[in-house]
Amino acid sequence: MANVGINEFKNGMKLLINNEPWNITDVDMVKPGKGQAFTRIKIKNLKTGRVVDKTCKSTDKIETADVMEYEYQYLYNDGETYYFMHPETFEQIEASKEAVGDNAKWLVEESMCVVTLWDNNPIVVQPPNFIEMKIVDTDPGLKGDTSGGGGKPATLESGAVVQIPLFVQIGEVIKVDTRTGEYSSRVKS
Amino acid sequence: MPDMWKSQCPLSVLQKRAFLLTKIREFFSKRNVLEVETPILSSSGNTDVNIESFTSDSINSDFSKSYLRTSPEFPLKRLLCSGIGDVFEIGKVFRKGEYSTTHNCEFTMLEWYRIEFDFYDLIQEVTELISELSKAFDCSVINIEILTFNQCFLNQLNINVFDVSTEELNKICHNFDYSGSQLTRDEALDYLFATQIQPGLNKQNITYVTHYPATQAALAEINPEDSNTALRFEVFYQGHELGNGYQELTHSQELLNRFIMDNKNRINNGSTEVQIDSNLIEAMKHGMPQCSGIAMGIDRLLMVLLGASTIHDVMPFNALNS
Repeated sequence: MANVGINEFKNGMKLLINNEPWNITDVDMVKPGKGQAFTRIKIKNLKTGRVVDKTCKSTDKIETADVMEYEYQYLYNDGETYYFMHPETFEQIEASKEAVGDNAKWLVEESMCVVTLWDNNPIVVQPPNFIEMKIVDTDPGLKGDTSGGGGKPATLESGAVVQIPLFVQIGEVIKVDTRTGEYSSRVKS
Repeated sequence: MPDMWKSQCPLSVLQKRAFLLTKIREFFSKRNVLEVETPILSSSGNTDVNIESFTSDSINSDFSKSYLRTSPEFPLKRLLCSGIGDVFEIGKVFRKGEYSTTHNCEFTMLEWYRIEFDFYDLIQEVTELISELSKAFDCSVINIEILTFNQCFLNQLNINVFDVSTEELNKICHNFDYSGSQLTRDEALDYLFATQIQPGLNKQNITYVTHYPATQAALAEINPEDSNTALRFEVFYQGHELGNGYQELTHSQELLNRFIMDNKNRINNGSTEVQIDSNLIEAMKHGMPQCSGIAMGIDRLLMVLLGASTIHDVMPFNALNS
């Protein structure tokens, strides 16, 4: 990719530093009156989430990374590879277990995910903010308790474990916030 | 961003801005300093290596393009050479690529020149101006501190800028989180000044940093008593840099040499040459009076007087929605 002058940096631009893709989250400039301008950037590693500060001459150049985000539909996985499809072109892409990471437990077939491609390879898969999944295992709990006070762990279809209210039972479908991993509500079928 | 069409600057701030301009004009009117207006668009530009001009279509067929001014310095000096006497201008200036919490690429500059003033006379007048404005804006009483550039480095970093090697300076910059390409001596000093020295200045004071290294003289006279330093100062108030003043270089050949050197450095940096202002060189050959002058950023001054946290809080529109 092209080298971009640091004075053209803005939030959201993707950089290639030490062969890793980074996202700019903050840009500021320091400049003594008549002197050289310096640009301070805060960057986040797109693979590890690590955040670092970097200060360079505003006239320096840094290589940009070919990083794009697209919406893809999740199809299925074979334990090693996760398959996604573009909703309009029907083109299929494969994401590794590493790229999907912990988000694997929130992947529901046919749901729309945001896939980050670096040089056309998926490096991050972001599930929808809310997903619906069936409970496959939980303690039956006390019959007739509908107060919702307290909670219990429940295992979902994907193997994810979330805390649910006592009154929710095996076989019910629940809505979960994937950003926090918290139970949101029951879904009436 | 929502409502980009709207000014983020409340009416009360715009009123204070108008009040500030009135107060400044009163200050100079009482001292018989004449207000003038000079061209914003010029066929020649500022060669300063660290300042980039916006360019536009040519004004006349002798030149291929024109430059938006980065300060009114050159036409004001031409007026000084024709004998106008004490003079000031308040006007818009433009600097490409400058945008931060304390920068906007278009801003309002106050620049003035005083005949027969030396460096210290001008420092005295700047103090009087800032004190009067602070009073008018109900800001607290202020102390004055005058430090040389080297004294700042000795006090805060224990570095003698005239002793330290460029390699050592680069090492020190890396220890202070610099991670860009190799720095020249002056760039390293710029970095340390901007990130370490300036934030450490006493915010209660008006601080004058004087006697910059001769390599950072810009258009100031070299100190006749010490050729390592220039008769240049910067003024800081509440930790913000407000202005840059010189006991002015009056020698036309020396000025031309500095312009040519700037252009050489520009080419070495991969930047473009700037059309040298031959009218200014001619004017100075004719004769420039001994004088001192300073340029101050009015927006930043207003920001400081109002205790605003960014320069954009005191401008009706900025680079993102102009």
